[in-house]
Amino acid sequence: MLLNQFLLLSAILFCIGVYGVIVRRNGVLVLMSIEIILNAVNINLVVFSTYWGIGGQVFALFIISIAAAEVGVGLAIVLLIYRNRRSIDIDELDELKG
Amino acid sequence: MWFFRNVWIVPALMALSAVLILFFGKRLPRKGSEIGLLFVGLSLVFSLLTAGAWLGWVDDDEGPTQGAAATFSEVDENCSNLADEARAGGELDLDATEAGDHGGDETAAGAASTTVTGGPDATAGPDVVAPASGVPPGEGESASAAVAAAEEGEEYSSTRPIVSCVAWFGSGDTSISIGTMVDGPSVLMLVVVTIISLLVHVFSTDYVKGDRRYTHYFAFLSLFTASMLFFVLSENTLQMIVGWELVGVCSFALIGHWWEEKPNSDAALKAFITNRVGDVGLLVGVIILFFAAGKSFSILDINIAAAEGAINQGVLLIASLCLIAAVMSKSGQFILHTWLPDAMAGPTPVSALIHAATMVVAGIYMVARLYPVFWEGLSIPGSSINALAMVGAVTALFGALLAFVQKDIKKVLAYSTVSQLGFMVTSLGIGAWTAAMFHLFTHAFFKATLFLGAGSLSHACHHSFNMVDDMGGLRKIMPKTFWTYLIATGALAGIFPLSGFWSKDEILAGTGSFPGTSGANGEYHLMLIMLLLAAFCTAAYMTRTIWYAFYGEFRGHGHPHESGPAITIPLIILATLGAIAGLANLPFNLGPMEKYRFEHFVEPVGLYFPSLSHADFHPVLAVFSVAVGLSGIAAAYFYYWKGAFAPLQGLSERNKAAAWGKNVLVNKYYFDWLYTTVIVGFVKGPLARAANWANQHVLDGVVNGVGRGSAATGKWVYDNVDQKVVDGAVNTSAAASGGAGGVLRLIQTGRVQQYAALFFVAAAVLTGVFVVLVG
Amino acid sequence: MTGLVALLAQVGTEAQVDTTFDVPANVVFAVTAVFMIVAALRVVTTKNIVHAALWLIIVLGGVGVQYLLLQAEFVAVTQFLVYLGAIVVLILFGVMLTRAPLGVSTDLDNDLKPLGIGAGLVLAVVMGFALIQSFGADQLDFRAYDSALGLDDPQTAAAGRTGAVADGIFGQYLIPFEMISVLLLAALIGAIVLARRD
Repeated sequence: MLLNQFLLLSAILFCIGVYGVIVRRNGVLVLMSIEIILNAVNINLVVFSTYWGIGGQVFALFIISIAAAEVGVGLAIVLLIYRNRRSIDIDELDELKG
Repeated sequence: MWFFRNVWIVPALMALSAVLILFFGKRLPRKGSEIGLLFVGLSLVFSLLTAGAWLGWVDDDEGPTQGAAATFSEVDENCSNLADEARAGGELDLDATEAGDHGGDETAAGAASTTVTGGPDATAGPDVVAPASGVPPGEGESASAAVAAAEEGEEYSSTRPIVSCVAWFGSGDTSISIGTMVDGPSVLMLVVVTIISLLVHVFSTDYVKGDRRYTHYFAFLSLFTASMLFFVLSENTLQMIVGWELVGVCSFALIGHWWEEKPNSDAALKAFITNRVGDVGLLVGVIILFFAAGKSFSILDINIAAAEGAINQGVLLIASLCLIAAVMSKSGQFILHTWLPDAMAGPTPVSALIHAATMVVAGIYMVARLYPVFWEGLSIPGSSINALAMVGAVTALFGALLAFVQKDIKKVLAYSTVSQLGFMVTSLGIGAWTAAMFHLFTHAFFKATLFLGAGSLSHACHHSFNMVDDMGGLRKIMPKTFWTYLIATGALAGIFPLSGFWSKDEILAGTGSFPGTSGANGEYHLMLIMLLLAAFCTAAYMTRTIWYAFYGEFRGHGHPHESGPAITIPLIILATLGAIAGLANLPFNLGPMEKYRFEHFVEPVGLYFPSLSHADFHPVLAVFSVAVGLSGIAAAYFYYWKGAFAPLQGLSERNKAAAWGKNVLVNKYYFDWLYTTVIVGFVKGPLARAANWANQHVLDGVVNGVGRGSAATGKWVYDNVDQKVVDGAVNTSAAASGGAGGVLRLIQTGRVQQYAALFFVAAAVLTGVFVVLVG
Repeated sequence: MTGLVALLAQVGTEAQVDTTFDVPANVVFAVTAVFMIVAALRVVTTKNIVHAALWLIIVLGGVGVQYLLLQAEFVAVTQFLVYLGAIVVLILFGVMLTRAPLGVSTDLDNDLKPLGIGAGLVLAVVMGFALIQSFGADQLDFRAYDSALGLDDPQTAAAGRTGAVADGIFGQYLIPFEMISVLLLAALIGAIVLARRD
């Protein structure tokens, strides 16, 4: 197997995830897109662990656990937004407007 | 032996009890309290059996008690490096720790290698004398005591601790174990904690009956006991920290048991946060000792290395000062004691548990556990003042004074605990180790009696603790509470022959300052004076509580009644123990009973402990200390009952100096004010304002100055350079930046996703540049 | 599920025998990759939130399959357990708790589509270029990898790669591991604080 077939797959998934993060309005869907991005990165780490030893797999595991934490906190934030505004459209969150 | 190896069952039982209560408590007929009672009862039985086994173990003449190898024959492998080496080579080899000894105080190190390699080996005894005689005067006494012990040869036996451990985790080449260490102090604490805990459990079944978090309360009571047991059985300092923090967390939960009321949750937070201050000290101290003892957390390693002088005295001094900070917070010593009286916000049985057997005793126990560190670090023997003794003596006296102005009976008892803990710390500071442990032992009983008695009083008086306004004349109505309270007060005041007399007298004798005492480790004159004053105050303020609670007219409302058996029976048991516990360490030669003496089985002897000398019983001092206690009682008696010292009545209303003094006491020496208003206020107020001022004046001044400078330059340029050329350029650039701003404004939409998109594109572009340039 | 894992593990083992030309592994890879890409595209384009979550399952499962192909069994199992078992369920809960429309809804996307496509394409081009230029037709070499882990030595081979992962986590990376446990605790408390009603 080629190294690149995995890396390219991971790159494509990453770009799809980026597209989702930018385009989706619903907060939960944005979180799903972030999960795709994290998984793409994880594939990279595991692929390179065949190159440079076990560290890549260890960090992939770390990222999986951090992703779990991130989804937990992220969903809590989404819930809070929903409770405050009765909507989770990220579009409407434009208080950062200059 | 089985008991020593399996003593971990005791804390495990209590932890299991906490879990079971949490999971099944609510469904049981008595809401989980029966589980707690059952398990704490089992723990008590196990502890008593262990204590019995320990008596036999100490007295076991069969076993070889000579030499390091034999001393550590019951220490598991990999628990302690030094014990492992001792077993392998028959002697201690402290090279490893000496290597970690930075700087190397030559006298200490020199004394170390000789004392240690010779060690308790009787044959090596004479060799030790020569180098030991070169030790400076401060060290002389301990060194010669060690030599004397070594020269005694056959009669010299050393306590053999039983250490069991399993690997906890390892990182790199350091492996951390977890396990139990059974020796005198831990067996003592095991028994004290389980007895008090059992009685507090029984008491609580009635006292918090009908509470909305009854089950939760019992679960935490069990967990609290489990944490303390875990702490006292710790085999290494890291494990001690875990137990220490667990105790802190449980006390936080229990002090804030009625957290719906703001003062209660504030008190819990205060206890927790004040303890954090000391925990920093504990952490730093433990880390210092870890490296000083050759990268080992093992208590045995640390104690051996410290006792045998393998660690630089300066390092030990710093470590012990850090640990003193921890003791100050945990054991409510002066300046960090402020949380302890506030902790009265918790249910009364919890206060009894905290004050008698768990939380606050943890600090004392920690010092007792790592005693060689303090012994060597503070140069306790032969000295007349040191930090530990000073902290203790100041606490003993000032805590006792504070107790006079409290209206709340529990607060009086809280300050009394502060003061008594001061006695214990002083005792440790002056080298009277056994006296400190003995006082801990007796104090646990009579202080628990007093607290539970106060609980019984408030149970009768509509849950008020205000003895000045809501109590009075309860002597006839609550005879059982009255008599137990009276006995405990007598014990606390040090009246012969109650337990407090024996332990307090031992501490006073241990100062070695009273004319004619002999056998003490130093001459702590100041400590003796302060402790005697504190003892006088103790007797007086306790008499004051008796006056307010039990004599005079009933000032509350309703009809008080004696509490039920679940409350009075623990009181009677505790008062009995408080009366007779002093017999455990009578300062006389008991002949055949000698081996059951407290001192004999609690105090470790030998390699991992400094050789303490014990102050002899001094009849004049004993009479004098009882006289001091009686005069305190008499003073309070005449003042309250007889209205004597009439000019003194209401003095604080008439005399400015007295009013000022009372004010200081009522405001607890302004420590809370110091912490909240001065320190926090300073950070929040002046410091923040100063920062703001600096920002406004200094920084803005610089900015303004630069601005003015550039303005001047600009004017000069305007005046001197061809105005029109520059003008044109300026106008153009202004227009350009205005236009750019207008364009950039469009992307400043406040929409997060657009920012994300820009971020990703920018990252991609940068990556592209990087790839093109590098690749 | 277990059958599939065993089969894929077997495929992975065969890949170890011949690293240059391994048709079965490549076929599995290609099929899975196509599924994953299609599913990922559906996640970001579908008009039904619940469907998006279901498509996400395929993507995450596919990632697990890729781990198996890369002979990272432990990571693969963790992927299945944590992602499929926990995170997807959590996301479905999120969908329900926020009362998202369960059927088709037309307003799931905003008006940034051109920007999104642009960013995605730019990233894809840059990364693709960089990868092809850097790694070209490099082969995965599991034998060199195994010898680096000490797996060619029968003494240490018994623990397998999972053993090597364990050594990594509890040896060299112990402190990051502990930090993550603290982080998880913080996230736990944070999530409770954020989500509770009071």
